[in-house]
Amino acid sequence: MSEHVDAARAMEAIDLSNRSLVKNSLAATLVKDGDHMPVFNTAFEVFFANRSLESVEDLLNGEEAGGDDMNQEGAAGATGPGQSRGEGGGASSSLSAQELADLLFRALRDGNREALRRAANEAVTRYAGMEPGRPVGGTYYLYRTLRNLELDKLEERLSQVSLAPGDTDDVLAERLARDEARARVEMLKAEIEREIRERLVEDRGAEALAKSVRKPLPEDLDVMHANRDEMAQLQHALRPLSRKLAVRLARRRRRRHRGPIDLRHTVRRSLSTGGVPIDLRFKPPRPAKPEIYVIADISGSVASFARFTLHLVHAISSQFSKVRSFVFVDGLDEVSRLFEGVDDPSEAVARINAEADVIAFDGHSDYGRAFLTFHDKFADQITKRSTVLILGDARNNYHQAHAEVIADLKYRAKAVYWLNPEPTSYWDSGDSIVNQYAPYCDKVIECRTLRQLEAFVGELT
Amino acid sequence: MSALDPREELAQRLGLLHVPPPRFDSPKDVRDRLANHDYLSDDAIASVTFLADRLAKPILVEGPAGTGKTALAKAVADSVGARLIRLQCYEGLDESKALYEWNYRKQLLRIQAGRPEGSAEEWSHLEDDIFAEEFLLTRPLLEAITATDPVVLLIDEVDRVELETEALLLEILSEYQVSIPELGTMKAQQIPMVFLTSNNTRELSEALKRRCLYLYVGYPDVERERDIILSRVPGISSALAVQIAQVVRSLRMLDLKKAPSVSETLDWARTLVVLGREEIGEEDTVATLHILLKYQSDIERATKEILGRSKPVA
Repeated sequence: MSEHVDAARAMEAIDLSNRSLVKNSLAATLVKDGDHMPVFNTAFEVFFANRSLESVEDLLNGEEAGGDDMNQEGAAGATGPGQSRGEGGGASSSLSAQELADLLFRALRDGNREALRRAANEAVTRYAGMEPGRPVGGTYYLYRTLRNLELDKLEERLSQVSLAPGDTDDVLAERLARDEARARVEMLKAEIEREIRERLVEDRGAEALAKSVRKPLPEDLDVMHANRDEMAQLQHALRPLSRKLAVRLARRRRRRHRGPIDLRHTVRRSLSTGGVPIDLRFKPPRPAKPEIYVIADISGSVASFARFTLHLVHAISSQFSKVRSFVFVDGLDEVSRLFEGVDDPSEAVARINAEADVIAFDGHSDYGRAFLTFHDKFADQITKRSTVLILGDARNNYHQAHAEVIADLKYRAKAVYWLNPEPTSYWDSGDSIVNQYAPYCDKVIECRTLRQLEAFVGELT
Repeated sequence: MSALDPREELAQRLGLLHVPPPRFDSPKDVRDRLANHDYLSDDAIASVTFLADRLAKPILVEGPAGTGKTALAKAVADSVGARLIRLQCYEGLDESKALYEWNYRKQLLRIQAGRPEGSAEEWSHLEDDIFAEEFLLTRPLLEAITATDPVVLLIDEVDRVELETEALLLEILSEYQVSIPELGTMKAQQIPMVFLTSNNTRELSEALKRRCLYLYVGYPDVERERDIILSRVPGISSALAVQIAQVVRSLRMLDLKKAPSVSETLDWARTLVVLGREEIGEEDTVATLHILLKYQSDIERATKEILGRSKPVA
């Protein structure tokens, strides 16, 4: 609530005609997390699309013929058929594809914002093929426009130009030119995206569009259904998680339970208070050495989750003194050694996929068999200091459950946790048998998002 | 409820005789004055600083290490002609280091110095006496509150203190006052500007975030970095500055353990100037990469990716 008050007060204090100032002020008062900025930016662009401002500008500059219509339409509530833009640009859209490409190229080469904006406008009119009234978020339009623009070629051309002719064998210069070109093309992409969004707002109004473009925050993304971009985002978010985890663990380890009283030290300190032991000194605590056994399903049904959890295992294993990791499909293999001395989690994951011997039979996950194998080989090493983490969806392909193995593990270990990447409502549907194992686990947790994972890890330590 | 200006309202609460005038006229003013003190801000930084002054709220500055968070507080202090009071946070920081502490040695001396045959009355008198301001050791937070000259308070790396210690800051951040059980509440004599910085090693509590304006300072884009280099490194040519900024951007795009910070970029720029270079050659880059990158694996990776070599020249 107090954030709303702050935002309102901020609006009183500033010059409202300055768009970027309004945006920054709202961001400063409403958003309190750097990772949430992109979401805020999108929302701001949707609700404060600068159509009316822009048309005023256009009128002043006398540049765009359609500016006048647009202004009226904006005043009428922006519910028109969304044609005004198209018509506005209509006069000049007789450009050929080649001319448009040249226009874009020149705008990017000179870093000319105004020209870039016009070119983006042109490109969207030409290629996006926007249909008014369709309840979409614009990703498809963006894709269509970008595909037609052949950005790869454009990027290539740009990097060639900024490279001096003599430098062709200079790797560094070439790399710099390439990165510069890429940055400019990114600028173009952002511009096109903005253009599309503005048109959509004009077409359907901000409220409706906000619904279609609403994106989940990174920590709320569903791991199982993340697309490639989102997956990259997740892995990006996972890295600070492991660092945070490390900080928290170190802190907790240091603070938890002081050791017994250190008599010698206490007496020494008491000298300054005349022999009265005011300041008690304690021996440093004996470090606990928790052991963690991670058993992860890496079969196809949970592939993306598995990749994600393996990253987590890597993070954990750098923090605890003893982590042993196992992966299985229908066979089970220990992969602890593959994590050792590897800095980059993706490398470890790649090695696991290549080297681990996890398929014993037909390559369909068989939890019962995997647990049996684990029990045969390793059960006698599990002690009261061990925590067992099982990661998987418990979709057993109608094999035997062998839940008694888990029961025995629970008896031996300090705790057994099961992390299930499926939503709770899917549990025990089809061939999922999670509830056959559940009675023997200390906890079965739905773990679909980074937030849930973080909560669990916090509890665990 | 009448809509008071936040500064007026706060001044009333603090019991100040007159409302201190705002420090900045506009975001543009912030920008210009910071630039005069060699700090190049961008839109967001200028707007939020301006806003913090107008709303009399602290700013929480977050971002990767070495992007000029602390420098911002310093530059603001310089530009408004205020003294910078800095509280460096660390794990284990407690109120006796952050807020105040009773100078118990002095108290002890006082007790021993004036000890007639102790009666009950005298004890209560003595008690009043030894818990007076005279026996108080002020630490940065209390110092900032009690200061009468203009101050800017910088609470650096606030993410390093424990969650519980954060609570210490809450009173000062929202009310600009410190409560000392024996003395009562000490209120600020002015409306200080407060900056908190965080490297985001852990989530800060909601309570803390709620009391602050939020500013994220990321790595600057090429143009701004170039300008920073030009303003901070004397005798550098503009062409070299652009090149440096570009190399650094390329490095930041790689997946490194620790991306080069702005301060490291400046160090590198100075090195190249000292070496008398007009433009960056591959050899120089290889030879001086360790100024930008601090991990051997990062250096190897960068040499491979950007220079197309498999091994750095030893």
